[in-house]
Amino acid sequence: MPAAVETTRLHKRYGSVEALRGVDLFVETGSVFGLLGPNGAGKTTTIRILTTLLVPDEGTARVAGYDVVHDAARVRERIGLAGQYAAVDENLTGVENLEMVGRLYHLGRGQARERARELLSSFDLSDAGGRLVRTYSGGMRRRLDLAAALAARPPVLFLDEPTTGLDIRSRIDLWEAIEALVSAGTTVLLTTQDLDEADRLADRIAVIDQGRVIAEGTPNELKARIGGERLEIHLCDGGRGEEAIGALASLASDQPFLEDGSVRVPVSERRGTIANAVRRLDDAGIAIDDISVSTPTLDDVFLTLTGRAAEEAAEEAEVQAQ
Amino acid sequence: MTALRYGISDTLVLAKRSLLRIPRQPDLLVGFTIQPILFILLFVYVFGGAIQTPGIDYVDFLIPGIIVQSIVFGGFVTALGLSDDVRKGLIDRFRSLPMTRSALLTGRTLGDVATNVFQLVVMFSVGLLIGFNFSTSVGEVVAGIALLLFIGYAFSWVFAFIGLVASSPEAANAYGFTLLFPVTFVSSAFVPVDSMPDWLQPVAEHNPFTTMVNAARALFVGVPAGNDVWLAVVWTVVIISVFAPLAAWRYRRVVAR
Repeated sequence: MPAAVETTRLHKRYGSVEALRGVDLFVETGSVFGLLGPNGAGKTTTIRILTTLLVPDEGTARVAGYDVVHDAARVRERIGLAGQYAAVDENLTGVENLEMVGRLYHLGRGQARERARELLSSFDLSDAGGRLVRTYSGGMRRRLDLAAALAARPPVLFLDEPTTGLDIRSRIDLWEAIEALVSAGTTVLLTTQDLDEADRLADRIAVIDQGRVIAEGTPNELKARIGGERLEIHLCDGGRGEEAIGALASLASDQPFLEDGSVRVPVSERRGTIANAVRRLDDAGIAIDDISVSTPTLDDVFLTLTGRAAEEAAEEAEVQAQ
Repeated sequence: MTALRYGISDTLVLAKRSLLRIPRQPDLLVGFTIQPILFILLFVYVFGGAIQTPGIDYVDFLIPGIIVQSIVFGGFVTALGLSDDVRKGLIDRFRSLPMTRSALLTGRTLGDVATNVFQLVVMFSVGLLIGFNFSTSVGEVVAGIALLLFIGYAFSWVFAFIGLVASSPEAANAYGFTLLFPVTFVSSAFVPVDSMPDWLQPVAEHNPFTTMVNAARALFVGVPAGNDVWLAVVWTVVIISVFAPLAAWRYRRVVAR
C-alpha cells in the first residue's frame, strides 16, 4: 500500500520553543491514524504542516504522494481539514457554508449545490440546512464542519481533535460519521487527547510528547505496553488479599498485586471478566465489597511512557511557550 | 487561463459570502449607515454654525468631506471580518483549500465596493435632503463617484492588513480608529485648513486625505483644486500598491489563534 501521509524528521520552531523535534509518521492509504498526546505536544503543528498551513523548518512531508511544501497546491486539492474550532461561518446557513466550500474546491455551481444537499442529509442536518449556523448546537457545528471538509470527497482527511468539548451523545454521533467515512475508503489522520477515542477509531496510534513520537503501534499493542485493562476488587476482609490473588491467577494477563488494601489484576480481555472473577471468588468463599474494570487512560499511557502525567506535560509545554 | 478563471470565480464566491453576512449582522449596518448620517446632522446643525467657509455653504463644504471619511472607514467590515476568521479558525480552512491564494482578500475587498455603493446612496440622499447641491457636470459627478469607490477600495486593503495583524476584532477596531481617525480630522474634511494653527496647517495641507477631499469637492461642487484630482488618484494607487502586497504577505503566514 502506498503511504497517504509520510513525514521524515519534521522540525518546527516558534522562536525559542521547539514545537516539533523530528516527527516521523507513516500512514497507510485507507487507514485511520491517531496522533495521541496532551495539549502542546505538537499535534496541531503537525496537522498544520501536513495541510500546508505551516512550512516545516526541517524535514519533509508528503501527502497523497505530493510534497507539502513544493506541491502545496496539489496537496490542497486532495485533503480535507476539520478542526477543534468548528470552522464554519456563523452568519451563513448550513447550505451556504457547504456550497461556498464546494465552489472553492472548484466544483461547478450545480455540483456544489447537489453535494451540499447530499452531505446535509448524510450528517443529519437536512432540516437545519436553511438556518443560520449561529443557531446550531455545538454538535451540529462540528458535523457541518466535518461535512465541509468532505465537500470534494478528498482522499485524505485531517481531523484536529474532532470531538473535544462535545457532549457524549454528539461525540458518539461524530464517531459514527467518521467510521462511515473510513468504510468508504477515506484515509483519516486524527489527533486526540483521549485514548478511548483513538482506541475506537484508529488502526494505528502514535503517542506524541514534546514534539517527538514516543510510541507507535496498534491500540492493542499500546495497551499491552501499558498493562491494558485492570480488574480492581475491594474485599470485605482486607486480610484475604493473597488468597484472592491465588483464586484469580488464571484470569491475569500479568502479575496481580495488592495496592491500598485492594486487589489489582491486569487483564487482557474486558468482556466477561467481572462475572468470571465474581464466580471464582464466590467459589473460594471470599466476600466482595466492590469490583470494577478500569481502562487505561491517556494519563496511564503517559505515566508509563514518560514517567510524567499528561497534565504535567501540558503544563510544561505551556511554560515553554511563554 | 484556468488559473485566472478560478481566481475570478473564487473571488466572486467569497465576495458573495461577505455580502450575505451584512444584513445578518445588524450592528455592522448601523456602523456604516446610521453613524455617518448622525455625523452629517451633527456637523451641519451643531458645529456648522461656528465654522466659517467663505464662498461656500457649509453643507456643500461638508458633504464631500464627510463622504470621503465614511468611505475610508467602510473597509472596516473587512478588518472585522478577517480578524474574526482568524479567531474562529476559518482562516485555516480557507488556507487549506485549493482556492486561489489571495481570493479571501480580493473577495472581501470586492464585497466592500458593494457596501460602499450602498453607503454613498444613503449619504448623498441625506445630503440632498438637507440642502446639498451638486454644482458640476454629470461627467464630473460620475468621475467623483468613481474616485470615491476607488479610494474606498484602497482603504479596504489597509483594513485587510489591519484585520490580519490584529489579535482580535476588538483590537482591529482600536487600531483602525486610533490610526485613521486623527488623519481624517487633521485635514480639510470638516473645516478649512487655514482656520487651523500655523504649525498644524502644513500637516493638514500635505495629508493625502486633504488631497482626496479637495478632489471630491472639485468634482461635486466645483471648488478649484489644482492638481488634487490627479494627485488623489496617485495616492490611491500608492496605498493599494503598498497595502495589497502587505496583506497578501500576512495572509500567507497567518494561522488561527
